[in-house]
Amino acid sequence: MNLLNKLKKSILVLDGAMGTMLQSAGLPAGTPPEEWNLTNPEKVAEVHRAYLEAGADVICANTFGINPLKYGGGTEELVRAAIKIAKSCCKGFKDKFVALDLGPCGKLLKPLGGLDFEDAVTSFKRVVKAAADAGADLVFVETMNDIYEAKAAVLAAKEASALPVFACCVFNAYSKTMTGASPEAVVALLEGLGVEALGLNCSLAPREMKSVAERLLKCASVPVIAKPNAGMPCIENGKTFYSVGADGFTADMLELVNLGVRCVGGCCGTSPEYIKKLSVAVKDIIPAPVKQKNLTVISSYTDAVYFGDRPLLIGERINPTGKKRLKQALKEGDIAYVLNEAVTQAERGVHALDVNVGLPEIDEAGTLTQAVAEIQSVTDLPLQIDTSDPVAMERAMRVYNGKPLVNSVNGKRESMRAVFPLVKKYGGAVIALTLDEGGIPATAEGRIKIALNILKTAQEYGIKSCDIIFDTLAMAVSADSNAGVAALDSLSYIKNKLGINTSLGVSNISFGLPNRDFINSAFFAMALNSGLSAAIMNPNSHEMMKTYYSYLALAGKDENCLKYIEYASRVQAGAVTETAKPSDKADGSDLKYCIIKGLKAEASVRAQELLKSLSPLEVIDFYIIPALDDVGQGFENNKVFLPQLLMSAEAASAAFGVIKSAFGSNAKSKKLKIVLATVKGDIHDIGKNIVKTLLENYGFSVCDLGRDVDPQSVADAVKKTGAKLVGLSALMTTTVGSMRETIALLRKECPDCKVIVGGAVLTKEYAEEMGADGYGKDAMSTVRFAENIEAELNG
Amino acid sequence: MLELTGKGRIDKKEVLRYLGYYGAKDVTGIEEQLSECEKLIYSALSPKACFEEYAISCGEKLNLGFAEVESKSLAKNLEGCSKIVLFAATVGAEVDRLILKYAKLSPARALILQAMGSAAVECWCDDVNETITQKYGKTKPRFSCGYGDLPLDLQRDIFSALGVTKRLGITLSDNLFMTPTKSVTAIIGVKD
Repeated sequence: MNLLNKLKKSILVLDGAMGTMLQSAGLPAGTPPEEWNLTNPEKVAEVHRAYLEAGADVICANTFGINPLKYGGGTEELVRAAIKIAKSCCKGFKDKFVALDLGPCGKLLKPLGGLDFEDAVTSFKRVVKAAADAGADLVFVETMNDIYEAKAAVLAAKEASALPVFACCVFNAYSKTMTGASPEAVVALLEGLGVEALGLNCSLAPREMKSVAERLLKCASVPVIAKPNAGMPCIENGKTFYSVGADGFTADMLELVNLGVRCVGGCCGTSPEYIKKLSVAVKDIIPAPVKQKNLTVISSYTDAVYFGDRPLLIGERINPTGKKRLKQALKEGDIAYVLNEAVTQAERGVHALDVNVGLPEIDEAGTLTQAVAEIQSVTDLPLQIDTSDPVAMERAMRVYNGKPLVNSVNGKRESMRAVFPLVKKYGGAVIALTLDEGGIPATAEGRIKIALNILKTAQEYGIKSCDIIFDTLAMAVSADSNAGVAALDSLSYIKNKLGINTSLGVSNISFGLPNRDFINSAFFAMALNSGLSAAIMNPNSHEMMKTYYSYLALAGKDENCLKYIEYASRVQAGAVTETAKPSDKADGSDLKYCIIKGLKAEASVRAQELLKSLSPLEVIDFYIIPALDDVGQGFENNKVFLPQLLMSAEAASAAFGVIKSAFGSNAKSKKLKIVLATVKGDIHDIGKNIVKTLLENYGFSVCDLGRDVDPQSVADAVKKTGAKLVGLSALMTTTVGSMRETIALLRKECPDCKVIVGGAVLTKEYAEEMGADGYGKDAMSTVRFAENIEAELNG
Repeated sequence: MLELTGKGRIDKKEVLRYLGYYGAKDVTGIEEQLSECEKLIYSALSPKACFEEYAISCGEKLNLGFAEVESKSLAKNLEGCSKIVLFAATVGAEVDRLILKYAKLSPARALILQAMGSAAVECWCDDVNETITQKYGKTKPRFSCGYGDLPLDLQRDIFSALGVTKRLGITLSDNLFMTPTKSVTAIIGVKD
């Protein structure tokens, strides 16, 4: 019987702990268990045999800790040996399966750690390839603390083999993974990637797994796995034992099985005794078939968002069409502006964010991938990857941490051929536009016909209808007075008759009309009432938000009108958009005061007021610069502390931002260009970021290369920008070597560029000894150093 | 081997010290930031720790039971001890996520969160230390890699001895720093 058939018909029994078993067989503490695959294979085999005799259907080869990051060229040999041992043990047994045990690679992925996503995938792929060649029956991804790493491992397993993939994450007592993912988010991501079973292992005892297991079972359409610890380790009389014995373990596991868990086994502290009792207990249980949940879901790295119950809002502001300031930001690589748009929309209460960076003059694939990664570092909302370029779409879906919403596919053969395979491979819900080679049908009937064809084709690609969301296309009602009706009639049919979710880019309807918000909000209300599941809209528009909250209250989707009351009580009835109100403490004060006190919102308002009567240069020279000098000197005299210095810097940035929006530039910038980087191998960048903020405040143009930057990239950036100053940061003694290398390379390749260094372990003497031109003892000293160079440049 | 989880707390005085307010009492202007950051950080803390005892002996090198090391300063710290407790502790990855977020949005807030994260892991180490002292009796001040002449490389041995990555999810980079960054490993001498 093959594995998946067995999984269908019975409770699948996995094995128990390997490492602790080997330790009791004599493996010295501190020696990695996988080394015994080569040096002591018989001991490894004994453990496998014990589990097989105990009744395990699947044994995990002794490969948990093997990956190229640790073993380099020796990886494949270790994996092959492990699989070979496990397979040889299965001889003489019937229907037993060998799993490649794929544990975490030991390095945390970016952005939290230093490992690149693709490097993780490549590393896992080597392990999977070796195991598949050696005859493993499945890949068991386990003990994942970070779902992003789980994604890398599953993707690698799927790309490097055709084996079934099981995947387990570790949950804590608060029902979250270490990186904050909920059970629902784990299901959305893993099912999207096409795993054959999913669940949780390690960390918790069986009883403590109950609440997470229940949540997994509620939303998963594949079998759920539980592989708990035998409770907590305890020490008594110098001996380590685990708090839950084999009988208690089995009793609690049976409860999980009764809830619907289909694959059971043990993690730390379990032994063949546990697995034996467990396998006897579940032997005759015939499990109910796993139900298809047919949920339409997207997710971020922490949370899942479901379509259906309540209409969702998808923020449309990160899309350059018709937005001058965003276009400029994208062209200049000003990611901070994009991030602020993301955070503002999140604060307005949207449930997902559209991300579109399509501009003819930029590399869309590169920019979209970067934008997705950056936006995910400031918000935990799911993203809608919005592009018509399949290459950009694939790259962004690949690095996205979660199950994305994809915008869009349409009824054209070419479009479906390009998009559906990506949705199938990476997981995603996809917006499908009801148009095809013949254009956009004028009637609802025409659009419904296209929708049906899209559904049929999706099915051929193995995509479920719950992962399709139809956009019936709001077209300009000014051009065709029937446009609203056609969109709404087809929308209503698709939602109410076909039972499939819908979305609309609402604001298109008012194109060409004055006061577009009037039409938009009325159309929005009509669409909501027709069965709209999600609207791509502008959350800064009060008309739209009013309509949304009013609709929820009126449609019985807002119990006790709580959401409506919360919203309505914080806005003014007549307001068109939400704007920052200066707080009382800034009353009567000027911009200079606001900057000194670090009042960000107030500083923008004051700058806006000043610009009505003064030129940008006057605002900068009479208000912003004097304020910065005041605070900077205070800091140098130990009267102002770092947090205040930074709050002032942020307030000044806000004022500069106002000037930039109004005039397209900061109006005053210095000649000196500066390259900043945290050196190779180091990921601590708070110091560097502080220096960057201050330098920009003082009008220097800064090219920030980020952290973990290799020497050549620094030299290349200097050549490209013509920078005359480089600032390097390192926190650890172990990374000061990279700083030294970087300076040496700069001396060779960019001899007329000065270098200033800073970081926790550095001193003035150390900096001199390394050959740096300056030592930044604190944030302001780099500014002063740069000002001196600027003065020299200006002769 | 024992594993612990805790609630997490922060010593505000330490936070101010990290922020450079040496001896200064006046925090006018940043109170609001401090209280907002406090709210953010408390929801992100998820302290975990594990520890194990080892018998030690001093020959040419110091035998710590899980590794041998040359270190005068540690040897001095462990005078009068024949047993140590080795522990690893973290306040979790969500703190890093929070710091990362504000590093891109608000340098002032990132700085304060950074300080609070450090203070939180120190407090958590105090709690772990307290548990160890209760269990084993009188102990020496805890000692970490990088203190005095104790080499940073010892981290690798500590990680494999305690199975830190599997138990707590802390990872060690090639340059020997830990992520989640608000993590600590240390040796505590148990007085004979």
